[in-house]
Amino acid sequence: MRISPDQMVFWEYGFISLNLTIVTTWVLMLLLALGAWLITRNLKSEIKTSRWQNVLEMLVIMIRDQIKEVGLKKPEKYIGFIGTLFLFIAVSNLLTIVPWYEAPTGSLSTTAALAISVFIAVPVFGIADGGLKGYLRSYLQPNFIMLPFNIISEISRTLALAVRLFGNIMSGGLIATVLISIVPFFFPMIMSALGLLTGMIQAYIFAILATVYIAAATQDEKGIEGREVEGSE
Amino acid sequence: MEINWFTVIAQIVNFLILVWLLKRFLYKPVLDAIDAREKKIASQLEDAATKKAEAKRDKDLFRQKNEAFDKERVAKMNAVHEQIDSEKQRLLEDVRKESTVLRSKFEQSLKQQEQEIVDRLKKKTKDAVFDIAKKTLSDLADVSLEQQVVTVFIEKIRNLDGASKTKFIDALKDNEGPITIKSVFDLSDSSKQELEKAMEKITEKQNDFRYELEPELVSGIKIETASYQLSWTIDSYLEALKKESIITKEKENAID
Repeated sequence: MRISPDQMVFWEYGFISLNLTIVTTWVLMLLLALGAWLITRNLKSEIKTSRWQNVLEMLVIMIRDQIKEVGLKKPEKYIGFIGTLFLFIAVSNLLTIVPWYEAPTGSLSTTAALAISVFIAVPVFGIADGGLKGYLRSYLQPNFIMLPFNIISEISRTLALAVRLFGNIMSGGLIATVLISIVPFFFPMIMSALGLLTGMIQAYIFAILATVYIAAATQDEKGIEGREVEGSE
Repeated sequence: MEINWFTVIAQIVNFLILVWLLKRFLYKPVLDAIDAREKKIASQLEDAATKKAEAKRDKDLFRQKNEAFDKERVAKMNAVHEQIDSEKQRLLEDVRKESTVLRSKFEQSLKQQEQEIVDRLKKKTKDAVFDIAKKTLSDLADVSLEQQVVTVFIEKIRNLDGASKTKFIDALKDNEGPITIKSVFDLSDSSKQELEKAMEKITEKQNDFRYELEPELVSGIKIETASYQLSWTIDSYLEALKKESIITKEKENAID
């Protein structure tokens, strides 16, 4: 039984291997970019707008407001990163309703890549916002004794991000596969529906956690509360 | 559960590309459109507020003008009403006056007419009375009455007083030619003599007399010279009476 789409390789040349994960990701990228381009190529700033534009605006505003709610005062600066995280994960999970589709998020490589992106993005945004000193000082909060724990936290949460998403999506797909082999009718459908829900929730959790980490790094007041959210996860 | 590190790197690159793509095609245009629309709406709202304020100002102005106009209209209406009332009063007064004048005129003319009728009636009555008296007396007149008349006439001459006497005497004295004595009937000789004697006594001179008949005198006697005449006849008596009654009547009218 194939657990990860990584295992399905189309083409290989030494270190380089073109597997299903990468190909699916490309398709998703194409889908997202093309869809966005099709809708936004003739945007109107009139009072009356097209339905697709309304949907997109709703989506973008929702993401922006979520980021703002977590405590980042300039959501426009972070929406590119956080919004893309959410959209990519959400769409990739939603498409599990398509037959024979295998979500790239069900590959640990993909989730690790996303987690590493967050891991890198947090200090990048932190330094960009409060300078290198300001960012490094956040590791000494509330005092220097906490420095090793902060560093451990930083690494562990990255690991947690990657494994959580992978585990959820992979398990969803796996359960569906297993169920199909046992009870081919009806039950797999329920599991698929549950999988959709889980996928959406995971997309939200991943994006919101990333926001919380960035908020914490940018020394925002509400960012400290964000750490507590992490603790409860 | 293994990690393919090439896939990890590829996915990171893919993700970064996707970030760029979505930023380029999704977030930026959408947010820009939203901003533009918000700006547009804000400006439209501002514009609307300005227009509203303007409209309110215009409305206020209009209302003020309207109120002023109403006030003016009411005032003018009142003035016109007052004018009409006063004009009506004046016209009524005029009509009343005119009617009063006309009525008084009418009453006057009525009264006058009435008076005229009364007067005419009175006159006619009087005339009739006098005519009857005259007729009666002329019917009753005869020589003996004439005799009596002469006696009364002589008595009258004798009893003339003051200015009348002087005038009479002067007239007879200055008279040249005969004195005409007119009567209805032929006077008897004794009457003639008596008359002549009386005249002589007054005038203190011899007079020449001529006797004539005049039936219109009804009854009585008349002495005439060229410049004077004295008579005592029923006719003249009646005339005098009539004249007196007319004067009395006029006086009565004047009092009325």
